[in-house]
Amino acid sequence: MNTEKKWLDEISANQKLIQFNFKEVWRYKDLLFLFVKRDVITVYKQTVLGPLWYLIQPLFTSVIFTLIFNDIAGIDTGSIPPFLFNLAGITTWNYFKECLTATSDTFKKNENIFGKVYFPRIIMPLSVIVSNLLKFGIQLLVLLVFYVYYVFSGYDIQPSFTLVFFPVLVFCMGMLGLGLGMIISSMVTKYRDLTFLVSFGVQLLMYMSAVMYPLSLIKEKLAEYAWIVEYNPMAHVIEMARYMLLNQGTITFLQVIFTFMCSVLALLLGVVIFNKTEKTFIDTI
Amino acid sequence: MDNCILKIENLSKQYRLGIVGTGTISHDLNRWWCKIRGKEDPYLKIGDVNDRTSKGDSNYVWALKDINFKVEKGEVLGIIGKNGAGKSTLLKILSKVTGPSIGSIKANGRIASLLEVGTGFHPEMTGRENIYLNGAILGMTKKEISVKINEIIIFSGCEKFIDTPVKRYSSGMKVRLAFAVAAHLEPDILVIDEVLAVGDAEFQKKAIGKMQDISKEGGRTVLFVSHNMTAIKNLCTKAIVLDKGTITYSGTADSAVDFYLNAQREKSNELLLNRTDRGGSGEIRFTQIELLNDKGNSVNEIISGAYAKFRLHLVFNAPIPSRDLIFGLVIYDTNETKIADFYSDEMGVVFNNIDSYVDLELPQLMLRGGSYSVVIVVQTLNLTVKQLDLVHNVLNFTVFPGDFWNAGKVNRATNVVIVNGVFLIE
Repeated sequence: MNTEKKWLDEISANQKLIQFNFKEVWRYKDLLFLFVKRDVITVYKQTVLGPLWYLIQPLFTSVIFTLIFNDIAGIDTGSIPPFLFNLAGITTWNYFKECLTATSDTFKKNENIFGKVYFPRIIMPLSVIVSNLLKFGIQLLVLLVFYVYYVFSGYDIQPSFTLVFFPVLVFCMGMLGLGLGMIISSMVTKYRDLTFLVSFGVQLLMYMSAVMYPLSLIKEKLAEYAWIVEYNPMAHVIEMARYMLLNQGTITFLQVIFTFMCSVLALLLGVVIFNKTEKTFIDTI
Repeated sequence: MDNCILKIENLSKQYRLGIVGTGTISHDLNRWWCKIRGKEDPYLKIGDVNDRTSKGDSNYVWALKDINFKVEKGEVLGIIGKNGAGKSTLLKILSKVTGPSIGSIKANGRIASLLEVGTGFHPEMTGRENIYLNGAILGMTKKEISVKINEIIIFSGCEKFIDTPVKRYSSGMKVRLAFAVAAHLEPDILVIDEVLAVGDAEFQKKAIGKMQDISKEGGRTVLFVSHNMTAIKNLCTKAIVLDKGTITYSGTADSAVDFYLNAQREKSNELLLNRTDRGGSGEIRFTQIELLNDKGNSVNEIISGAYAKFRLHLVFNAPIPSRDLIFGLVIYDTNETKIADFYSDEMGVVFNNIDSYVDLELPQLMLRGGSYSVVIVVQTLNLTVKQLDLVHNVLNFTVFPGDFWNAGKVNRATNVVIVNGVFLIE
């Protein structure tokens, strides 16, 4: 052998910090869609209501939020009917929540498959993000139905022109959920108690994400602690979503940049940590 | 021309023993601190070789240490070793399930691994859907599977139920379907664990046949791990022997199998009394075993069909009534296949007073020419059966071909049992 041969594939103990083999992930795109298909067709097999569960959960939550936060606590939603206000917030929040919680146990849940076969591990959380997108789409349709209903009942509501950027916002949310989920899933392989934190933490996070109140309200009533909500990118995502859909609230340029940067940062950090973990997690889990 | 398709350099893998998860943060921090200062990982230095029979001083063990080998294109490489020699770890690293601690693997092509059949099968999905899913998990694209789907379905023999959810399948059908998918993989390098050890005899035959086809026709490179020496000899062109995480031999499949079996056999030359790799509770220990010929001489070689006597010497470490004892002696061939066994209880033998040895007399040694090894065991039956001593590879002896049927012909040395019989015509 005169010259060092070029190897197509190399497994080595030394690893680069950011090692994202896009070509390889692309080659496994079929697997991604098969996982999505599996998730979609198997989730509600042998349930009575089937995919109707997609609708029941946000609707009932909205009803309860409306009763408690608007009718009892008296949160003012302006010209927007409270139910629609809540439904918009919950639908958006749900997508993030599902992405985060479902990706956060990637390693633990797929221990069996990961322990036997190699494929780019990131396919798993990616498939979760995509299959939740379908669910999100269905829930948006429900939102649309109520939207139309309220418009015809004489409410003065109309979407903002920024609605065209809604897909970008969803993309941001996906990145944020995926990034955080990957970070948590990597840490769960070593420190199991994080799983308890996730289910409980997500609940808390919802209250800090302006889901059932407008962002302006907290600045007005709880000025001292408003920064907690203001530094939470999800609060801005929800606020922006409501602005786009219902034309209520405000969007500043700073808000947009902050949210976008947070999402990108979360995703990058997630990929780095995830890559580091995927090589050895099978020894520690 | 360089045909090397897979090159493994200095591959090592370290494992931490004990509880993982508590107290590791301090280690993690320490490790991280050393890394920042550009020093070596402090925990990589310590560590024993992977010897599971003795407890090491350190919490870290090397499951694999400095593994180097090359595989050429079209070669079928067997990997042999005892349980715990590091075979599975090597397979896991090869299939990228876990990463190495040190070293690298360089491959010129795609590696697909079969550590298990049917990974990722979902019970709620139909057979057809599962073929797609499983195939994709193993690295095929949807297009590749679509081309082969009919072939896969026919090979599995599940045509009738292919659109039924897999949860309604019998376990045998599931395995067949899973293997059918695996058999139609076409990677450059295929890594196979002992998946052949599942399923019934017929299925195993089919699986081995398919393996042979793959390696012969396709010129595919295969790495094959097995305990089955016959399978290694039949399928592989080359083999390596692993022991305690290092390669102790590498060569042709036949010579590697011989080396491995010889290494096992060398154990029998150790003094029986000093051996620690034995089972049982220890109230009785075998101290020596002898093979005696018709003249009463202790021998290692004997002629097929001749008189033979195994003499088992033993000591009592505790008072055990002789009449409760059951002795057993099992003869294995060179491929570690059981050839014959003897148990004193089923022969109706009751030992009244054992002094220092027990004999097993064979008026005619009904073994063809070849090499054999012996396992001995003693149990006591006092309401329940309790094992007192058990030693593997306690004696190796060679049988020379004889003339069993007195026809003036030397019998074939096929290393199996002779069964008496006669050819007739009516």
